[in-house]
Amino acid sequence: MDSTRKEWLLNALIAGALFAVPLWAWLANEPFIITLATRIAILAIAAVGLNIALGLGGMVSFGHALYLGLGGYVAGIAAHHAFHGTEVLGLPGTNQMLPIWALAMVLSGLVAGVVGALSLRTSGIFFIMITLAFAQMGFFFALSWPAYGGEDGLPIFVRNQFPGLNTARPWDMFLLAYAVLMLCLLAFAGLRAARFGAALMAIRQNPDRAAALGISPFGIKLVGFVLSGMITGLAGAMMADLTRFVSPAMMAWTVSGELIVIIILGGVGRLFGPVAGAAILVGFEVFFGGLTEHWKLWLGLVLLGVVLFARGGLIGLLAGRVRHGG
Amino acid sequence: MTLALVLEQLLNGVQFGLMLFLMSAGLTLVFGVMGLINLAHGSLYMIGAFLCAAVAGASGNFWLGLMAGIAAAAAAGALIEMVVIRRLYARDHLDQVLATFALILILSEGVRMVFGPFPLYLNVPSALRGTVSLGIVDYSLYRLALIGFGLAVALGLWALISKTRLGIRIRAGESDREMIAALGVNIRALYTIVFALGAGLAGLAGALVGAIQSVQVGMGEPVLILAFVVIVIGGIGSIRGAMVGALLVGVIDTMGRFLLPRFFATFMDTSQAMGVGAALASMLIYLLMALVLIFRPKGLFPAHG
Repeated sequence: MDSTRKEWLLNALIAGALFAVPLWAWLANEPFIITLATRIAILAIAAVGLNIALGLGGMVSFGHALYLGLGGYVAGIAAHHAFHGTEVLGLPGTNQMLPIWALAMVLSGLVAGVVGALSLRTSGIFFIMITLAFAQMGFFFALSWPAYGGEDGLPIFVRNQFPGLNTARPWDMFLLAYAVLMLCLLAFAGLRAARFGAALMAIRQNPDRAAALGISPFGIKLVGFVLSGMITGLAGAMMADLTRFVSPAMMAWTVSGELIVIIILGGVGRLFGPVAGAAILVGFEVFFGGLTEHWKLWLGLVLLGVVLFARGGLIGLLAGRVRHGG
Repeated sequence: MTLALVLEQLLNGVQFGLMLFLMSAGLTLVFGVMGLINLAHGSLYMIGAFLCAAVAGASGNFWLGLMAGIAAAAAAGALIEMVVIRRLYARDHLDQVLATFALILILSEGVRMVFGPFPLYLNVPSALRGTVSLGIVDYSLYRLALIGFGLAVALGLWALISKTRLGIRIRAGESDREMIAALGVNIRALYTIVFALGAGLAGLAGALVGAIQSVQVGMGEPVLILAFVVIVIGGIGSIRGAMVGALLVGVIDTMGRFLLPRFFATFMDTSQAMGVGAALASMLIYLLMALVLIFRPKGLFPAHG
């Protein structure tokens, strides 16, 4: 079996398992496991977003927590004003997920546009540090801005609504997250197959040759970065609704690091890499977190081992290393 | 707002800037010579602070603690370089970020396992307690000593790099790694020495700052990120750039936190002005960094032309 077919089989297995396990938990009345699967799905959405910048475009953004937090605060602030019946900038709050998601994506996209336009003037190590610094700027802003809880964060008392679902029920929330994840993966696959994706990957592999072919690296990369931020922002809005809480901790630099770790554990640039990586990270936390309070030490050792000796992540390990440009 | 208060804040800014310089100097050297981005630099700062606090607490002597902190950080740096970092020089920046991120997890949990989850406290050495009169302001003697320390180390570093054989090798390593290896310099040993030197400086900064803050796990990362801002502003690989960047960041951050809330209070109600002022002040240095990037994308003092 060639490795492309192997990867598709593996993808189908991962997608099936992420559905089957919570389905079993729903039947067995284990809401904790459903919520865990929902968290994996939402983290995977965030990482699919980052995978556009990192996997396709080779842009190592160390600041994607910024978009996660922005999306989270859109959900939190909208729900806050809807709950208290107050207005923000002349608009009423809302407890409907669809307008919240739209706003979260637009806002994340705008901020990613500004951050990207500045950061993409540089490359390599500068790019990593600058995206990190912009995320820290957002983190400290959220920390010291008192109107929405500052350091204490902002609770969402009632989970926002989605037409036709009762989002307060874990199973409904899972279905929603799973559906959005599948849509995002479809969008990622479409993007990768499209001319735009080909251009983005060409720029990653050799910016000079791409430029010689008439592809403007800056414009294409910026669009990729904005799309990436938008999807991560969407995940942020969903994450805030899942935990019914948003705080500056969502923008912490460690979260940006974890998003990269998810992609690396799963496999860079792979369609299902983020899903596999999110499942490994959450699984690791739950399993080893139950055994020892020092589980992060073990996570660090595993991560170090993967980086030094097993590049390609889980999917690379199981499906083989294919299409280095892929 | 009196002149004395402004002067005190200005001195605090300079002191903060010089401690940032100690952090940034190591980072920028490691990048300049080895082309490596080291996120775990903040962990070495933490190791310096913990060892200093532990040894000073046990022996009652701050200076013994300081020596232990520097030595421990430098030794940890040399060990990490030989076991992990050495394998990363030929890798891309993504691998370097991930491996050193993993090192942060390992070192932070390791320190938590050894020293427990609670913060340690480190007392200012008795000879440096109290204040000293600087004409219009009484200033903390310890903070003044930190300024002196920072300047002395900066001077020493300058002398090391421009006047000694090791310094020549470091500068040669910055401009052409393959060539100096071909000329017979033991490049592996040089890398280990540079890394340990940077680690020792980070440990020194951690130990010195540990006496005015609490010594706890995670203390290194906020400083690490500020050091990134410093070297982006100064130009990666440039020690002189790190000095200028560190002083700019230290003074602007400190003065912003002091002045902005007072500025907004002149036309807003006080509690609101505090909030807006504090929020904006926390973003100032990042805005400065953005401005530098717009006009000088390689930083103020680009290392290689």
